[in-house]
Amino acid sequence: MAVRPVGDGRGRGPGGGTVRKVGVIGAGMTLFRRRLQETPKELCYEAARMALDSAGLDLADVNMVVSGSAPDAFDGVHMKGEYFLDGCGGYRKPYTRVYTGGGTGVFSTIAGWWHVASGLADVVLVVNEEKMSSCQPHPQSVFANIWDPILDRPLKPNLVWIFAMEMNRYMTVHKVRKEDIALVAVKNKRNAVEHPCAQLADPNITVDDVLRSEVMAWPVQRLDISPPSDGAAAVVLASEDFIRRRKIRDRAWISGVGWAIDSTMWTDRDLYFPEYVARAAKMAYKMAKIDAPRRQIDFAEPYDPFDYKELHHLEGLLLADKGEAPILTREGVTQRDGKLPVCPSGGLLGVGNPIAATLGMKIGELFWQLTGQAGGRQIPHEVHTGVSQAWGDLMQYGCVVVMKA
Amino acid sequence: MRVGIIGIGMTAFRPSTPEYSWKELMFEAASRAYADAGVDPRTDVDSFVTCAEDYYEGFGIFDEFVPDQLGAVLRPTCTIPGDGLQGLANAFMQIQTGLVQVAVVEAHSKASDVLTLDGVVEHALDPIWNKPIEMHPFVVAGLEADAYLRASRTSLKALAAVVSKNRRNGLRNPLAAYGADVEEDQVARSEERFAPLRSLDIARPADVCVVLVVASERAARKFHANPVWIRGVGWASDSPTLETRDWAGATYARLAAEMAYRHAKVRRAATEIDFAEVDDRFSYKEPQHLEAIGLARKGEAGKRVLKGEYGPDGRLPVNVSGGSLGCGNVFEATGLHRAAEVALQLRGDAGSRQLDGVKLGVAQAWRFVPSATGAVAVLGVAR
Amino acid sequence: MTVRNTKWPGVELSAADLHEGKVTSTRFRPDAKYAWSAGEAMSRFLEELQAGRLIGRTCGKCERILFPPRMFCEECFRPTDEWTYVRDTGTIETFSVSYLDKDAKRITEPILVGVVSLDGASPKMGMMHYFGEMTKDDIHIGMRVKAVWKAPEDRRGSVLDIEYFRPVREGES
Repeated sequence: MAVRPVGDGRGRGPGGGTVRKVGVIGAGMTLFRRRLQETPKELCYEAARMALDSAGLDLADVNMVVSGSAPDAFDGVHMKGEYFLDGCGGYRKPYTRVYTGGGTGVFSTIAGWWHVASGLADVVLVVNEEKMSSCQPHPQSVFANIWDPILDRPLKPNLVWIFAMEMNRYMTVHKVRKEDIALVAVKNKRNAVEHPCAQLADPNITVDDVLRSEVMAWPVQRLDISPPSDGAAAVVLASEDFIRRRKIRDRAWISGVGWAIDSTMWTDRDLYFPEYVARAAKMAYKMAKIDAPRRQIDFAEPYDPFDYKELHHLEGLLLADKGEAPILTREGVTQRDGKLPVCPSGGLLGVGNPIAATLGMKIGELFWQLTGQAGGRQIPHEVHTGVSQAWGDLMQYGCVVVMKA
Repeated sequence: MRVGIIGIGMTAFRPSTPEYSWKELMFEAASRAYADAGVDPRTDVDSFVTCAEDYYEGFGIFDEFVPDQLGAVLRPTCTIPGDGLQGLANAFMQIQTGLVQVAVVEAHSKASDVLTLDGVVEHALDPIWNKPIEMHPFVVAGLEADAYLRASRTSLKALAAVVSKNRRNGLRNPLAAYGADVEEDQVARSEERFAPLRSLDIARPADVCVVLVVASERAARKFHANPVWIRGVGWASDSPTLETRDWAGATYARLAAEMAYRHAKVRRAATEIDFAEVDDRFSYKEPQHLEAIGLARKGEAGKRVLKGEYGPDGRLPVNVSGGSLGCGNVFEATGLHRAAEVALQLRGDAGSRQLDGVKLGVAQAWRFVPSATGAVAVLGVAR
Repeated sequence: MTVRNTKWPGVELSAADLHEGKVTSTRFRPDAKYAWSAGEAMSRFLEELQAGRLIGRTCGKCERILFPPRMFCEECFRPTDEWTYVRDTGTIETFSVSYLDKDAKRITEPILVGVVSLDGASPKMGMMHYFGEMTKDDIHIGMRVKAVWKAPEDRRGSVLDIEYFRPVREGES
């Protein structure tokens, strides 16, 4: 277990010098499907193996492992991070699981980043997994337990309610029509056609299809949502030293990280704007020395479990003014060939939503786009800087990673 | 750069805390830690790390319920499903990046809110290979105890001595829940539960919250703090699969200690470490862990505890706090409690259980049955 | 991703595969039951609900009236100061018309649910609850509503001691 000694003299923060550089050098993911046969350990292994192979590395090259996975109740094992650590390559290594609700899809990379940037590791494998299909009769039931037991649970809330309430607030404050929101679902499900792992790609979907889909909890309709999935994804992070020594050419640098959580008391907050995303973005942009994100960011992978969330998060990421994201979408700015491609991967709406495994579309996609490996999804113009973001908890959690070529 | 502990806040260990919600318990420990460190969490803290598992708490995403009572609203916060020492290790790494100057680490146990603790622990067993056997999860501890005792030739009497020592140590710790004058033959006569473990070999659950404030050297000086330096941290996982793991030797602890000692430049732990706080949630774990982390040679720890070497007046005091046997099993807060204890001793703040002249201590914990994951921290003050 | 990765792992199963035993599976129902201490703030909150009242806490430093009540102010990070009642009237901040129950099963009569900010508390301090005596076409953000309480002997010390919030009628404050 090769671990670099602490304090190699490069750990100084903003105002004190450069923070140690960390790059993404490999990525992998499994198919995302409503139900996969593989066990959690097997899903982890497949993604981890693919990521290592893509970086030309073996497990012996890995110093530490970080895993990310959301509610244990889905996979049906308490302390599931322990349970599947061997599939993640964590056997007899320093291994840690992180878990920030839906934010885990991006947050585990932030944790992996600090493992390397601290000087304690040269190579870190980050593996995210989710197996929602294990939960019977339906993973929805797990969401009964995310609510406050005294204030919320007695009302028997369904998870979709809270999204519906947030979506309604957003639509009402900014006078956004459902048609404009539906454009996001159409864009992402169409973008996903070029994603080999996609669960919900649809080349022919129209706004009409979305507007005619079953109303779940108004204003949310069936095609506004990404359904539950099984899947895993992994990335390999490495220090600049390691990348240089091994002459690794396919790499994308992590130039900024940020994360923030808002108050548990969600009924005391105005849900129309995700302040917690803005705080996380500002933290990441500061580290990345980005002071004009709309100019300096070329493409974005915000978290889109629901179509309106992409708009909500674009504004939180300061890539659109409050209320402006639907306009940009309508004008085609966020199409893959637009000025600011958003969710070129197809996002959660198109590829699927195995919560933490969305790492594949958030960090994975940035890596593939920035190293020219995105195949049919490659943005047709040159891109240098991308931002990814995930969201989680009770409309509370935001985390942001900025990457550059 | 050096990273130190500048604030310690702990509530008392209690078998149950019906008057507090978990939020109020956390607020109390956090308030104490911030007062100790002289920090305002709303302006002075860059990162909050909490250690929790959904199933120990009873929530789908426990992360949601942490920020308000820690002063973490709209601040960088995360949850590590892991032992408090793993949380400490991550806060340490965050500070080493230079991005974070001051971090807060929190862990708690509200075991009294869990009506079916054994059921929750059982739920961690492998669903395909182990759950169908329908065994009580502590059978794993019994099996491991048996393997360890045979491999190390440690006697049951040594286990009784550990229980007696730690329960009595608990009497001198005002925070401990289970301090008691337990005699060794009482332990031997207590009901056999998971052979060879008897009921007094098993730590009873308790509620507690522990909060540490951790800072870079530069930030620590700004707060005029007397830091306890984190000289090294290490953590590791052995095979999670029961059928393929090392049963006798606590490999996770050995690997974690190797990493921590390397950072701390400790070459011969047995002579350089002054005292230790290790995980003793089953009595046999104390000698097993001591051997794994190099504080005793294989097979020696049991003999040394019988000779009194690990007592508060011994050559290498172990679990002067009372350990988990004396304080209570506080699940994911175990390691953070150990780190807090070591830090209090090093600062000279350990009250009537203060050890004289200690400068270097080790805190160690594991993630309990059925895991094979653990962490170690080496803490020190200037010699 | 493209040139090097040509095989995408994952074997898809259908619901039938699982339920008809076409794939090997194992079942387990965890024994995981909890009873959370409500703590000081929530205990009082529930007692007051049983008495037909809504109670909050004040923070003397930021001068907010916090609802639901809490023993510490999360902004100032200090203990809150006093108990104070808030009114059972308020404004709809947001809502949803749900055709799903908590297990994601479809229902034909929609549930009207949302967040009400309460008069007497600081702005936007609210609670989630049902709405009644209104149709899905009546309900709107900004609507003024009032709690409908269960009869005293039916109250249990729960948010369900309120049946729902109904529109404020003409002449009511």
